[in-house]
Amino acid sequence: MACCAPGAESPLPSQRAERPSAEEILHASRNIEDGLVQTDLSVPSAHCGSCIAAIEGALTKLEGVVSARLNLSTRRATVKWRPGGPVPPLLRALSDAGYEASLFSYEDDEADPELARLIRATAVAGFAAMNIMLLSVSVWAGADETTRHAFHLLSALLAVLAVAYSGRIFFRSAWAAVRSGATNMDVPISLGILLALALSVHDTLQNEPHAYFDATTALIFFLLGGRTLDHLMRRKARTAVLGLAKMMPRGASVIAPDGTRTYKPQSEIEPGELVLVAAGERIPLDGTVEVGTADIDAALVTGEAGPLAVTPGTQVLSGMMNLNGSLQIRITRTARDSFIAGMIRMMEAAEHARAHYRRIADRAAALYSPVVHGLAALAFLGWIAATGDWHRSLTVAICVLIITCPCALGLAVPMVQVVAARRLLERGIALKEGSALERLAEVDTVVFDKTGTLTIGELHVARCSVTGKDLSAAAALTARSRHPVSRAVAELAEKASHIEVEEFRERPGYGVEGRVGGDHYRLGRPEWALGRQLSTADRSLFSGTALARNGSSAGFFELSDALRPRAREVVEMLRDRGLAVAMLSGDRPETVSAAAASLGIQTSHAGLLPEDKTAWLEERRREGGKVLMVGDGLNDAPALSAALVSMAPASAADAGRAAADLVYFGSGLMAVPEALTIARTANRLVRQNLIFAVSYNALVIPIAVAGHVTPLIAALAMSLSSVLVVANALRFPRTKQRTTGAAKRNISMLPLPDKAL
Amino acid sequence: MTVLAWLIPIALAMGAVALLAFIWSMRTGQYDDLDGAAERVLLAQKEDWPLTEPSDQSARKNDNERR
Repeated sequence: MACCAPGAESPLPSQRAERPSAEEILHASRNIEDGLVQTDLSVPSAHCGSCIAAIEGALTKLEGVVSARLNLSTRRATVKWRPGGPVPPLLRALSDAGYEASLFSYEDDEADPELARLIRATAVAGFAAMNIMLLSVSVWAGADETTRHAFHLLSALLAVLAVAYSGRIFFRSAWAAVRSGATNMDVPISLGILLALALSVHDTLQNEPHAYFDATTALIFFLLGGRTLDHLMRRKARTAVLGLAKMMPRGASVIAPDGTRTYKPQSEIEPGELVLVAAGERIPLDGTVEVGTADIDAALVTGEAGPLAVTPGTQVLSGMMNLNGSLQIRITRTARDSFIAGMIRMMEAAEHARAHYRRIADRAAALYSPVVHGLAALAFLGWIAATGDWHRSLTVAICVLIITCPCALGLAVPMVQVVAARRLLERGIALKEGSALERLAEVDTVVFDKTGTLTIGELHVARCSVTGKDLSAAAALTARSRHPVSRAVAELAEKASHIEVEEFRERPGYGVEGRVGGDHYRLGRPEWALGRQLSTADRSLFSGTALARNGSSAGFFELSDALRPRAREVVEMLRDRGLAVAMLSGDRPETVSAAAASLGIQTSHAGLLPEDKTAWLEERRREGGKVLMVGDGLNDAPALSAALVSMAPASAADAGRAAADLVYFGSGLMAVPEALTIARTANRLVRQNLIFAVSYNALVIPIAVAGHVTPLIAALAMSLSSVLVVANALRFPRTKQRTTGAAKRNISMLPLPDKAL
Repeated sequence: MTVLAWLIPIALAMGAVALLAFIWSMRTGQYDDLDGAAERVLLAQKEDWPLTEPSDQSARKNDNERR
């Protein structure tokens, strides 16, 4: 599958091992007609014709599967299967075929009636506009009076129907704005459309020579076209984000008092119940460990990079991953009161900065509509004073409104954002909302989370005093374990993994042991590996993980988190552009300051709780700062919504991805400066478009006020300005190479905190 | 004039047919997977009818019966 190489790399290699159980598949499926069951899978790496054949082939071959169909646009496979037999191993089949997939449940997929409504409205407006234009051309060409009247009547019929059907989208939004005492771009648009239509219908019935049906319907068609494109773009970004694997388990095996195990969805698990969390699974709900010991990975929840050891009695939070060992956890809180739910409540409370933001188009409309409406009123009064002819004066006033109807203004912003979103998506960045681009362009401070954002969140060996056959023995031992420390050590000597290990055992919380070539090796905590308490002299020798051969020391490994490729470069680039860079982390102060020093970040705060992060951001906001927050953890989620604008990697926790305005795929932090560049270019083009549209209107207003506007001039003026604005948006520069995700394994290590012992 | 009385309704009717055809193709999910449709031309398989969303299931059934 060579063609699939670029998209195929998963952002999170450590997530690959988790595969939903049969119960989970069943739970995410639903019954459809003919007694079949339908399961939707998200297959992000599918992207070519042979992928369709391979995926559908692999799925339909499975026992019980009736049909499988891949949607290449949304990267989603729909499988219909016959229940009764065992659940078909859908995800295994896909991973054997070379595609990582994840379950897609229906709660994720909000139905999108808005898009269908927009497309239908655009189609109807297009149909009416084309036909009216056809009739108008012959009127402009000088049709005789009876023909003209007939054509105007026919146009009136088409235009009234089209405005009634397609115009509702503007009228509804304008009405909502007016009722709440504000204006938006739709207010002058609606007013212009309705007045032009009313004047034209009146004049047609009076058999006057001029009618503006062509301009009105063409205007609706252009605007709806822009709006539909905007909606399509956002939907594409949303499906890209929704298609990411869900991190949180949907449910867990509950152990009843009589020992039977049943799979329950997360929302139905009550406090006091005992759940089983196997190695490689995430903890579904907050609770206390009752049986078992294990190492757990809390990086996504608290931002702590290293694994934590848990024993019976330890409190654990939902979302932490059990790395090894099997745990039985007594649930203490329901899904509604869990840590995640608390984070989500905090996210909602934190959304100040965004709620206060007013979009450029709305700010422009607030200036634009009073000026234009005042001008129309002045023209009306002026003509009344000069001629005393009511009909003539009203016609002039309405002509002013028609010719200044902000068609180009309505397109100026969305068209640029559609093109910008496309450029972002080409680079693996999904933009969830157009206004995020405007906010991004105003940013003056960039705040990073540490674990998982600036660093990979994966341990790597930084220093090692083990050599020769001990090293290959250590690698052989660790190749059999999925603990992060083991994986890091195993990376040192990959070909050692085939070495025979006897009596291999993994002791959760301590380390691994086994017999290699007659020697007994232990790798793990120094106290356990060496079998004795460490003296102060030992401590300076053995920091980190010790390797013991037959009970005596064979050296040690020191591990640290690795920086993301090009992290330092990114920080430098941001600073060169005059942005302040800061780091907020929930991790320990030593590691945070070490990371900050190696990246050249002066402002760093360690040991922060989620509420501390939002408080810090709130303070910046009150000082007038405009902050971009980049983070991935669950503990960052409130901060992501508190910042003016936020970005999260695709590997972020579910809540973080939901809170972020932009989600970037691949492992590259370069996405941050790239998104900033695109946002600034977009902002420049939007400003150009606005200035252009306004000056264009200023140019034609004198003609309108003087009463020289004919339908031909109105139609030309409107179409021309719209086309020019769209053309200007398409000028958006295309950068040559795709930088995100390139230079994958160019790891630079975090320096270790100085051991002052 | 008499020519126009024929031609204009014919022109409008042709436009309306195109509009209805577009709305029909949208309702039956033919616009749901534009990327896939481009690739599927090259695949040798029998079934090339798009899957529709559940809300349009009835629409699709009718079409199937008609075929």
